[in-house]
Amino acid sequence: MDLFGHLALGFGVALTPINLLYALVGALVGTLIGVLPGIGPVATIAMLLPTTYGLEPVSALIMLAGIYYGAQYGGSTTSILINMPGETSSAVTCLDGHQMALKGEAGAALAVAALGSFFAGCVATVAIAAFSPPLSSVALKFGPAEYCSLMVLGLIGAVVLAHGTLLKAVAMVVLGLLLGIVGTDVNSGMARFAFDIPELIDGIGVVAVAMGLFGFAEIVSNLENTDKRHVVAAKVKGLWLTGKQMRQAAPAVLRGTAIGSVLGLLPGGGAMLASFAAYSVEKKVAKDPSRFGKGAIEGVAGPESANNAGAQTSFIPLLTLGIPENAVMALMVGAMTIHNIQPGPQVMTSNPSLFWGLVASMWVGNLMLVVLNLPLIGVWIKLLQVPYRLLYPAILLFCGIGVYSTNNASLDVVMTAMFGFLGVVFVKLECEPAPLLLGFVLGPLMEENLRRAMLLSRGDPTVFLTRPISLAMLIAAAGLLLLIILPNFRKTRAAAFQEET
Amino acid sequence: MSKIPRPKDFYAGLLFVAFGVFAIVLGRNYPLGTAARMGPGYFPRVLGILLIVLGAALSLIALRGRGPALPGWKWRPVSIVLGSVVAFGLALTHAGLVLSTIGLIVIASTASHEFRFRESLLSGVALAALSVGVFVIGLKLQLPIWPGSG
Repeated sequence: MDLFGHLALGFGVALTPINLLYALVGALVGTLIGVLPGIGPVATIAMLLPTTYGLEPVSALIMLAGIYYGAQYGGSTTSILINMPGETSSAVTCLDGHQMALKGEAGAALAVAALGSFFAGCVATVAIAAFSPPLSSVALKFGPAEYCSLMVLGLIGAVVLAHGTLLKAVAMVVLGLLLGIVGTDVNSGMARFAFDIPELIDGIGVVAVAMGLFGFAEIVSNLENTDKRHVVAAKVKGLWLTGKQMRQAAPAVLRGTAIGSVLGLLPGGGAMLASFAAYSVEKKVAKDPSRFGKGAIEGVAGPESANNAGAQTSFIPLLTLGIPENAVMALMVGAMTIHNIQPGPQVMTSNPSLFWGLVASMWVGNLMLVVLNLPLIGVWIKLLQVPYRLLYPAILLFCGIGVYSTNNASLDVVMTAMFGFLGVVFVKLECEPAPLLLGFVLGPLMEENLRRAMLLSRGDPTVFLTRPISLAMLIAAAGLLLLIILPNFRKTRAAAFQEET
Repeated sequence: MSKIPRPKDFYAGLLFVAFGVFAIVLGRNYPLGTAARMGPGYFPRVLGILLIVLGAALSLIALRGRGPALPGWKWRPVSIVLGSVVAFGLALTHAGLVLSTIGLIVIASTASHEFRFRESLLSGVALAALSVGVFVIGLKLQLPIWPGSG
């Protein structure tokens, strides 16, 4: 089957009424949490994961994917209107988006963010459809040694692109791997680190880890910050662009889409990195960089296109190699496992309607978002006026129900609270939780492939160096590590993350 | 202990060392096997040693240079937020969704500086109705609604 045959199959799946409904629910929930500061896609997907048990696997994945890219649309609204990022990936949009709003151009800023995102979403969907088949056919030839090295590369990449001390991030990955192997060892049937607790023999749930580290810890930190949120929603009128604005924004959208699509592919990449990179590029190529920070439309168009493109192309490594590259993708692994789908190159051949249905749904979801989002802006502004003191108990409630219903077990809730406590400690010590979650998801997979590779080589560890693909990946990983030790790159990396604060 | 130049890295390092030691001690009886035939103890042991090495290095490096001080630790929000969720999880099986929800909302709300009892009670009742509608009736999750109905 060619590309069009595949896409036809995909749209056949994505356009069924039930899947349209789930794409809509996902996109709307995503926009909602994108608009609301203080709750991100990781916590939301963890919260809703258990409710997808009863759904068809493809419907579940369509909805969860919608949350991630929907959040990219929603995040820009908050950045532009109240100068506060609804999502971390929209943080740079504050710089120029809010300035535009102050100049009375809020409508244009919102419009360019939505249209840019839509364009980027379309391109990224085509990119997934075009690049996934060749990548997965390469991945099908991978043996355990290649997989092991690929995971090392993925984890190192995630660490290099995380901010903060390198050693800390590596240690977080290792701790994640360790937590990931809690439970029954598949080879010997022995229960490890389970303390004879029946629930732990099945392993720690990804929902408990993600919700504790990302959801609860975030709520506690928000409560400690006593400063109030200032909702200064500017009057929004004229949700459209003038000809001049369009000419200014169009090249930025194109560049943002390209940057986002490429950065989305990298381990540790995804929406956030893409938006920061796109902003720096726009500032560099602009004829008059001094306009930036004072309401330059390119400063909205570039990052907003990039974060949406990056959010979507970050699905490529997951769907073709089975390797999640950011925290959201780690949860998608969890979602697929719940539905008995082992993420990896075989998904495309063994379950084509799921794969292509998901890809097609992304385009459908993006179309829904651009059509629905602009008229709904009034509703989102109302939502922003709900005080946090009413919001966070409700978030806690949905988290609680979500965790409890995973196994209908109180212990899961207690465990989530423990990870919440650990999450607060991590926040205080400035340890980023995303590398831990990646390690957590990859832990069992890595152990399994390491064992197999070593068994096949009869205990000879040089197998990782003598197989060319494996060697290339390890060299790339070492290169990334070296890069970060170089003072120049270090400076750029620090500067790239500085825009955030 | 205020003499440590970079306390955040220093204590993070200690935490990692503690996790590493914990893993090795707890896993001391798991069969190691050989490199070619790894037992269940092999991978955890390797990870434990790695964690100790990384953590120790992090702590040692933190003894030089300069960094921000440790932020204060406020027990109130931590204990109320996490405590209310634990109470919710434990109560749900016996007390049912409606009462547990109202309890969770009211207790959790006290963590805010702007706590108002009547408002939180109203919000709790509304959310209880919403969650019964969405989760039990809509999504058909198997949750007890009233005490004794689970």
